Amino acid sequence: MGTIPQEHYEPKTNAEKWIHSRLPIVGFVLDFAAFPSPKNLNWMWIWGVMLSVFLVIQIVTGIVLVMHYTPHVDLAFSSVEHIMRDVNAGWLLRYMHANGASFFFIAVYLHIFRGLYYGSYKAPREITWIIGILIYLCMMATAFMGYVLPWGQMSFWGATVITNLFSAIPLVGDSIVTWLWGGFSVDNPTLNRFFSLHYLLPFVIAGLTVVHIWAFHHTGNNNPTGVEVRRDSIDVVKRDTVPFWPYFVIKDVYALILFLIAFCVFVFFMPNFLGHPDNYIEANPLATPAHIVPEWYFLPFYAMLRAITFDVLFIDSKLGGVLVMFASIALLALAPWLDTSRVRSGRYRPKFKGAFALLVVDFAILTWAGGQPAEQPYIIIGQLATLYWFGYFLVILPVLGVIEQPDPQPASIEADFAAGHPEAPRAGASGAIATPAE
Amino acid sequence: MSSTTHEEGTRRDFLYVATGAVGAVTVGAAVWPLIDQMNPSASVLALATIDIDLSALSEGQQITVKWRGKPVFVRYRTEAEIEAARATPLSDLADPLSRSGNAPTASADDANRALGENGEYLVMVGVCTHLGCVPLGQQGEFNGWFCPCHGSHYDTSGRIRKGPAPRNLHIPELAFDGTTVTLIEEYKA
Repeated sequence: MGTIPQEHYEPKTNAEKWIHSRLPIVGFVLDFAAFPSPKNLNWMWIWGVMLSVFLVIQIVTGIVLVMHYTPHVDLAFSSVEHIMRDVNAGWLLRYMHANGASFFFIAVYLHIFRGLYYGSYKAPREITWIIGILIYLCMMATAFMGYVLPWGQMSFWGATVITNLFSAIPLVGDSIVTWLWGGFSVDNPTLNRFFSLHYLLPFVIAGLTVVHIWAFHHTGNNNPTGVEVRRDSIDVVKRDTVPFWPYFVIKDVYALILFLIAFCVFVFFMPNFLGHPDNYIEANPLATPAHIVPEWYFLPFYAMLRAITFDVLFIDSKLGGVLVMFASIALLALAPWLDTSRVRSGRYRPKFKGAFALLVVDFAILTWAGGQPAEQPYIIIGQLATLYWFGYFLVILPVLGVIEQPDPQPASIEADFAAGHPEAPRAGASGAIATPAE
Repeated sequence: MSSTTHEEGTRRDFLYVATGAVGAVTVGAAVWPLIDQMNPSASVLALATIDIDLSALSEGQQITVKWRGKPVFVRYRTEAEIEAARATPLSDLADPLSRSGNAPTASADDANRALGENGEYLVMVGVCTHLGCVPLGQQGEFNGWFCPCHGSHYDTSGRIRKGPAPRNLHIPELAFDGTTVTLIEEYKA
């Protein structure tokens, strides 16, 4: 299915041949399982599988929550309380769904920063990367609309603030906002359409995920060296790769168990830690909470939205903030063309390493600043952090590729792997007995 | 045919363009209801007008009325508040327009925003023009309204003085007979 040669399934019995000539599904599944994956993939290559599992968790818990939820302004809040108090295991399903969203975002941020460090966005994987950004945008839309459904104070006022962003668009902004609301404010029509779209978008994400996986199965995985798998023959491929099943499946399952343990800690022992207490107050259109904050996973971008407190020419601060927020995500999508370095992996780019480490710190600062009140010194901190985010993509990535002297890269994945895993002394040669653990 | 050129286009070219044009119109006509269904429905529009009786208010009192899902601030201003609003030179204002539905092109002078013989009544939509939060009354640096979400300060005439909000608080188009305010602003799609 991809550009890396691999052995393909051959039907043997008459029954297998009968099926294969009509629908080659067995071959598709087996070839997929045997996909040659670079044997040096490290622990940062687990997040794709975590994300797939959490998408399934969210869809499954979501479908059963809908069986008890009522999308109406008079009933939504109490129907969520009904889920929490009356529905069998309802509290568990809702806490899994709410915290599942947070863990989904933890995984996606680690996945994105993995790609940024190891240059996974670079040719020939630009389309994989851009589809990934589209998935991320759909995740944000889904999470935002999902947070509105319980119809608490944060639901209502978060929805009001975010939909009002569109009023910054010149000329048609107010009409767009009225259209989004289906009225003159966030109200029942808004809740209904958000519910409809919140149910739809996860399936769009699932579809995009299939394309995302298809794209990188065509190009092959990136790996920590950024050096491509050699494709001369199947024998050469086998020196750089191992099949996805069983090697990486077992590794990913191990990581998944650890990740699910962390998830359970939140679900069972601190289910509201990542939420906001104001959302247990029913929505009141006549009183705004003193301090509106979005969910934690939106805070970095919320900080960039608020960083623009000044007008630039004919762009007022409101429109400027909206443009900056959307541009900050658009820059991610443009990374393949902003990064001029021919060295793919950050492992061999000494200066890049420093700039990237700062970007990670910058992201953490933005997350923190986005949750603070809109006053000094948080405003200036948010502004400086926003400046670095844009500087990283618009100045550092293009310039570093030209001025940086990269370290030597390994000749192949096999060579890199051998250097990291010196061959152990053979059992028998020294008379030692091989330990079962090996 | 391959050796012949038709500079002015053939019957087939015409059919391609005509078919494409009809197809585009058909698709547009089919999609439009899917888009337009999200605009305010007739039942939402039916609730769009209300009357507010001001006679029960005394000086310094304020009520909040829900109109179209939004709060409307109705305030009987004190002498000091009126004086503060009228003493402010127009050059100090961030937004020079009245933002009143009755006189949209008028200046932001307090007289163009207030109601009543001495301008004692102020009727305006209590929605911050920044991102739609409800400002808190008799707070902020100008003792008018203060929006806690992103720190916009409005004066005693509801005019933006400081912070990220771009416009003065909106005054809907209304009719006033001395005791009753009728909010009549039409919805413009």
